[in-house]
Amino acid sequence: MITYALGFAMVCFGLGLILNLWRLAIGPTVADRILALDTMVVNVIAIIVLFGIQSGQGFNFEAAMLFALTGFVSTVAFCKYLLRGSVIE
Amino acid sequence: MTFGLEIALSILLVVGGLFGLTGSYGLIRLKDRMQRLHAPTKASTVGLGTALLASMFHGLMIGTGFSWQEVLVMFFLFITAPITANYLSKVHLQSRHYDGQTPTTGVSRDWATFDTAGEGPEPQLPSRDS
Repeated sequence: MITYALGFAMVCFGLGLILNLWRLAIGPTVADRILALDTMVVNVIAIIVLFGIQSGQGFNFEAAMLFALTGFVSTVAFCKYLLRGSVIE
Repeated sequence: MTFGLEIALSILLVVGGLFGLTGSYGLIRLKDRMQRLHAPTKASTVGLGTALLASMFHGLMIGTGFSWQEVLVMFFLFITAPITANYLSKVHLQSRHYDGQTPTTGVSRDWATFDTAGEGPEPQLPSRDS
């Protein structure tokens, strides 16, 4: 039964990735594109975690943590650049 | 025991998937750019949190024990999602400010991002004699 639930969750997060890609393409402002990228990072982390459940091995944790760190830092760097014109002052 | 755990994990996974899909759909569906901030920062984070919970309890089912590593990812994400939302809303306010469409705050002061008034004098700390 958990196989079907895993497949359902993976399909949901994959559809979410496609919707984020759409927002990334049509986004009217730059901040919308940044938000779409941030949501894509969240969805990719979810897919990595679900793949870790499916494969039954524990080494996906490092990939998820790396994605979380780089996603947060890149979003904040984009926003700082838009706000102040420089990433590190 | 194992069957109950399997049912609980399946429910967690289905609910997490629905929350994640709702967050991503809200990003498309909502009209205003400030409204668009709501869906991914809340619904997607909850969806990912339930997926991580399922991953933590999955170790009990396959016999490798409860895994604490996902707590780190969950902790980090739940801390960083509001910070990301705060920065993005600042960017929105700034872009509206340049278009001249900033809504009024309703009080005498401006939005905190554009508040250029000085900090005021330093507070006088009580000093001990002797």
